[in-house]
Amino acid sequence: MTMTQTISKPAVTDERVGRRNPLQKLLGRPEVGALVGAIVLFIFFAAVSQTFTQPNAFATVLYGSSTIGIMAVGVSLLMIGGEFDLSTGVAVISSALTASMFSWYFSMNVWVGVILALAVSLSIGFINGWILMKTKLPSFIVTLATFLMLTGLNLGLTRMIGGGVSSPSISTMDGYESAQAIFSSSVNIAGVDVKNTVFIWIALVAVASWVLLRTKVGNWIFAVGGDANAARAVGVPVKATKIGLFMAVGFCGWILGMHNLFAFDAVQSGEGVGNEFLYIIAAVIGGCLLTGGYGSAVGGAIGAFIFGMANKGIVYAQWNPDWFKFFLGLMLLLATIVNLIVKRRADSSKG
Amino acid sequence: MDAKQIDQQELLRDEKDPLTHTPVHLLSLENVGKHYGNIVALTDVTMAVDNGRVTCVLGDNGAGKSTLIKIIAGLHQHDEGVLHIMGEERKFGSPRDALDAGIATVYQDLAVVPLMPIWRNFFLGSELTTGFGPFKRLDVQAMKDITKQELADMGIDLRDVEQPIGQLSGGERQCVAIARAVYFGAKVLILDEPTAALGVKQSGVVLRYILQARDRGLGVIFITHNPHHAFPVGDRFLLLKRGRSIGYYDKKDITLDELTAQMAGGAELAELAHELEQLGGHGDVVKQVQAEVAGVTDSTADTGRAPQ
Repeated sequence: MTMTQTISKPAVTDERVGRRNPLQKLLGRPEVGALVGAIVLFIFFAAVSQTFTQPNAFATVLYGSSTIGIMAVGVSLLMIGGEFDLSTGVAVISSALTASMFSWYFSMNVWVGVILALAVSLSIGFINGWILMKTKLPSFIVTLATFLMLTGLNLGLTRMIGGGVSSPSISTMDGYESAQAIFSSSVNIAGVDVKNTVFIWIALVAVASWVLLRTKVGNWIFAVGGDANAARAVGVPVKATKIGLFMAVGFCGWILGMHNLFAFDAVQSGEGVGNEFLYIIAAVIGGCLLTGGYGSAVGGAIGAFIFGMANKGIVYAQWNPDWFKFFLGLMLLLATIVNLIVKRRADSSKG
Repeated sequence: MDAKQIDQQELLRDEKDPLTHTPVHLLSLENVGKHYGNIVALTDVTMAVDNGRVTCVLGDNGAGKSTLIKIIAGLHQHDEGVLHIMGEERKFGSPRDALDAGIATVYQDLAVVPLMPIWRNFFLGSELTTGFGPFKRLDVQAMKDITKQELADMGIDLRDVEQPIGQLSGGERQCVAIARAVYFGAKVLILDEPTAALGVKQSGVVLRYILQARDRGLGVIFITHNPHHAFPVGDRFLLLKRGRSIGYYDKKDITLDELTAQMAGGAELAELAHELEQLGGHGDVVKQVQAEVAGVTDSTADTGRAPQ
């Protein structure tokens, strides 16, 4: 590096840039390991199952992926920002319960409950982020506490208000139809019903990618995850950025919560436990570093797609679904190892 | 030795800013102190910074250098004394406040995010945007071009501003940080031990950038423990020891040897030589230390003239 300084000639600059191999540039991207994994998995299931590549089956795979992927968008951003959230799984259910219980108890238009649920979801995110910033505890501890508290609140309040373990049906209430049309409907594309969550998912990934790569806030997200002290020293609002990320996760949780509610018409209060790991797994498979500062929204989406393929692919291949978790663990291990190797190779081959 | 020392209050009153010719300093500290609980980190420090001048802060580990810059950079607040910017009393609540007042700091640990590309680091916290409303976006091409141009102006030729800054050498990263501060219109540039982790050649490169920043009219505060790095570039020297100022000199009133002697402390060196001898230290080393002691005694006996 010192040598390049002493023989600095602007004329040779371009020539030296040109030497960087486009393939290496591609391999340097965070989501490449996941992409390779997704292609391999797709070919594998396409080979072992005739139905897997049928349009209908594929729409189902996409739907399964979207229910993970919507959350994975928020969780990926948060992970790039250097934190993670264990309360996401139950926070989704909290949001759905808020909407249904509130509208049911006060016999109001469903939309009132939906808006209130948004406020609750954003508040959960805000509280997570605020406590984290105030106490400077690891996000693992803070969000684990939120996870436990929300689990208890979901069960306790549902029984107290509704008298059961699931929220009462709201299918006959005002505004149900319109809310269902927004959060849980299908679009017919060439004779195949595709759930609208797939489109919401794709839209969220696009917005998140744009924010991440093309806005100030995106720059700050990478910076607070890469080195929060350095970011603070150059004037990045670290606290606001991190709290905002937790609230973005809350927003994603609200969308998925509303989908869960309107896909049926009631929510089980004990659901959601364990799902937080699926979102984190999707982000990690997609190339987001657990330590922060590196990753992409597209990566998280590919991670969710891998999850969706494995989940439904096992069914289409007519295997016992008991094997799914084993498969998922293996995928996680392989994907992270591939990421590691690719990243090391890409780093070392730059002179 | 005390005879040569500038009267601290005198200096603050009399000297005019060399560029603006106003009687106020760009930045000045008067009797500033800071304690953490019952630990006194810094006490009674007085110094001034002017446009186009380099003020060096010298001291060994734990002398209070870091505390001093943290106060000026807005990371900590002082409990005693006053901090003036252009004659106006200030107390910074956050690094952002200090930045807005034109004070940029290049930290020892660099304050760069290693995994981010050079151009993103260059503009971090002060990104250029284009468009408006929800379509306000980063002006990527402009930022890349400016980064490349600014670094080239500082004499750094990088092959690709897209590479992660973590791949640059320590000296290059320092230079990027300095170029960034200069570009964003810093009036005061604080450099925290920029040469501490560098080899001889790289240190030279960084010292050259310090002079370039000075020549652009910035007031520079150069923190170091190495008098050999401080002396060639500095205009004023503040020596710290155990949180106190043990001397504040104008360049014309002090020589490199005297500066070194003040830093090390003549008596301590003599003691060290004695101790080494007792421990059966290597003959050459002992001789070297003894020679140094002799040099120190010479220069302290001598009044003001540079010893050979």
